[in-house]
Amino acid sequence: MAALKTILYLVVFPGLLFLFLYSTFIEWFDRKVYARLQNRMGPTHTGRSGLLQPIADFVKLMAKEDIVPDQADKTLFSSLPIIGLAVVITAGLFLPVWHIDPAAASMISFPGDVIILLYLLSLPTLIFFLAGWASTNAFSIIGGTRVLTMLFGYEVPLFLAVLSPALLAGSWRLAEIAAFYRAHPLLMLPNILGFGVALIAVQAKLERTPFDIPHAETEIVGGTFTEYSGKKLAFFRLMTDIELVVSAGLIATVFLGGFSGGIVLAFVQFVLKTLFVVFLLSVLRAVTGRIRVDQVVTFAWKWLAPLAVLQLLIVILIKGFLL
Amino acid sequence: MKFNIPIGPQHPALKEPISIRLTVEGEVIRDADLRLGYNHRGLEKLAEEKSWIQNIYLTERICGICSHSHSTCFVQGVEKLMEIEPPRRGVYLRYLVSELERVHSHLLWLGVAGHEAGFDTFFMYTWRDREVVMDLLEMISGNRVHYAINTLGGVRRDIDAALRKKILDGLAVLKARSEYYFKIGAAEPTFVGRLAGVGRLTKQRAMDLCAVGPQARASGVARDVRKDDPHDFYNEVDFDVATADTCDVLGRTVVRIKELFESYKICEQILAKLPAGPVAVKAPRRAKPNEVVSRYEAPRGENIHYIIANGSEKPERLKVRAPTLGNYASTIEILRHGFIADVPLIFAAIDPCICCAERTVDLIDARSGEERTLRFADLRRMANERARTLPLQRNVAWPL
Repeated sequence: MAALKTILYLVVFPGLLFLFLYSTFIEWFDRKVYARLQNRMGPTHTGRSGLLQPIADFVKLMAKEDIVPDQADKTLFSSLPIIGLAVVITAGLFLPVWHIDPAAASMISFPGDVIILLYLLSLPTLIFFLAGWASTNAFSIIGGTRVLTMLFGYEVPLFLAVLSPALLAGSWRLAEIAAFYRAHPLLMLPNILGFGVALIAVQAKLERTPFDIPHAETEIVGGTFTEYSGKKLAFFRLMTDIELVVSAGLIATVFLGGFSGGIVLAFVQFVLKTLFVVFLLSVLRAVTGRIRVDQVVTFAWKWLAPLAVLQLLIVILIKGFLL
Repeated sequence: MKFNIPIGPQHPALKEPISIRLTVEGEVIRDADLRLGYNHRGLEKLAEEKSWIQNIYLTERICGICSHSHSTCFVQGVEKLMEIEPPRRGVYLRYLVSELERVHSHLLWLGVAGHEAGFDTFFMYTWRDREVVMDLLEMISGNRVHYAINTLGGVRRDIDAALRKKILDGLAVLKARSEYYFKIGAAEPTFVGRLAGVGRLTKQRAMDLCAVGPQARASGVARDVRKDDPHDFYNEVDFDVATADTCDVLGRTVVRIKELFESYKICEQILAKLPAGPVAVKAPRRAKPNEVVSRYEAPRGENIHYIIANGSEKPERLKVRAPTLGNYASTIEILRHGFIADVPLIFAAIDPCICCAERTVDLIDARSGEERTLRFADLRRMANERARTLPLQRNVAWPL
């Protein structure tokens, strides 16, 4: 019975099926907000207000011809989308929202899970880089190197920004961090700087404007994904969507007090808080233009990293004098 | 490690086929090379087969964006050959359409620049507002793209008081929107950071390489046919040549937005002092043997038509020098030592119209500079030979 339950968790909720559906909803929300900010309609045709459009896109891509280039490393090229999808879905299981079993705050919860989650969110970057290299296409390779170059910019600020609230809460466990801030809501305020840094770093990690440099279509066509088509591209797109959900969930857990109050209430909080984070990311996407890869690194080390360190300093001072 | 990156003939940044070959080291471009001839349509030869009137509509089809520029340039020249003088009202309406076309072309360009810089919101906004001027053009001429309003000896349609009011209303909307774009172009940090300092072309090099239009004006060269060698009409209206001295893509953006305001000014003056009377005079069927060079400031720069008449109903020869061709030399120069990320911006900054510029049929050997004209059979033989001898190679190696 326990084995069956575990399989249900993994496949239906909160695993594959739920994350698939919720990430398509988040993609729809992102597209709609982006379109409305640009004075467009966004998806309208498939489903009510175009709600089913991302699913339709996914199904359509799955049905398309799937081409593997002759010169590509075939094993790597074909396995990367699946590995990537597995990685982000695993990351999704760490979010402390799934109150199916009242005793446990999430599917998997242990001291230090925040580090594992950050690590699992770093893996997609490496997968994008490898996908670019395995394609052996000039555009893909340039896309892949841009992915890595950007990684050196945003990764450290992201880690610093996410870990300083954990430091203030005195725990490396996501559920405990969230519980701490629910108990002391005022202490969320000093973390606002880190919240901003984390938002920008996540935007860069997800390769969205102004950081959509690795697949800037006017420069290097599809970038990393130039050679990908059909099912593999569909998996990569789904992977990016789920990564968006998990990143938004991580920010909501660490900075916005997480999700509490039993299955229903926690789920409502999860939806509202992730939508809020995704809304901010969409606005950021709409009001900026793409910058150059050297400008990303300069910006990250000149502004993001010092701000993240400043956040750490604030946290240490508060912890030393107030608590 | 050096790579060769082909931008084109098919590439998302290019709306028309052209091939730029870039040699890059990492993100830095070491060399650039341009290949033309993917869009040659034989229009000049076709023009020799058609009558003077038919050729107006043919020249209009040289380009979709600056269609009026080509037909006006052609009509100006032919009117000189035929020694006819269009009535004042006709001239005013012709240049009203010219200036509105400049507005639509520049708004289109702003959107494209936004898109190339990855700033899609700007793209959506400018193209939405461009519909205002497209509607005005449709109301005036009946068409959105190929206006077909020119004829030998004037224009084909007149405007009335109601339409005049609609145009003024539309101009007011456009003016307000353009001010907003000027603010964005000068203030939005990612956009400015992306354009400033990109594609530097010094004033001296701009003059050496015969840059035309906004490309030259953004380098401080106040070169504008409307002032340098104007049709009589442009002496009757008051406007300035917009220039910038930043010599980069930001300057080219600023020049175009400034030109929008100059065009609004000209349109308002035209509507304020539109003379009464007929809009066209009857033109003869034949032109006396003679030759003429007609110059016109298209939205992209100086457009030149060279026409020879031999006394018949058809031209002996028509030669078109579109502004894009004049800007290729300087563009290749500024591509070198830039970043890959800047290629679309630099190339888009000349507002390239490839089908306008495709006039050449000679092949030029890139290494020796030797020029030769090839027959199709030779080309096929060369292609087969190349396919046989081409080594099959992975052009990239795993770095570890």
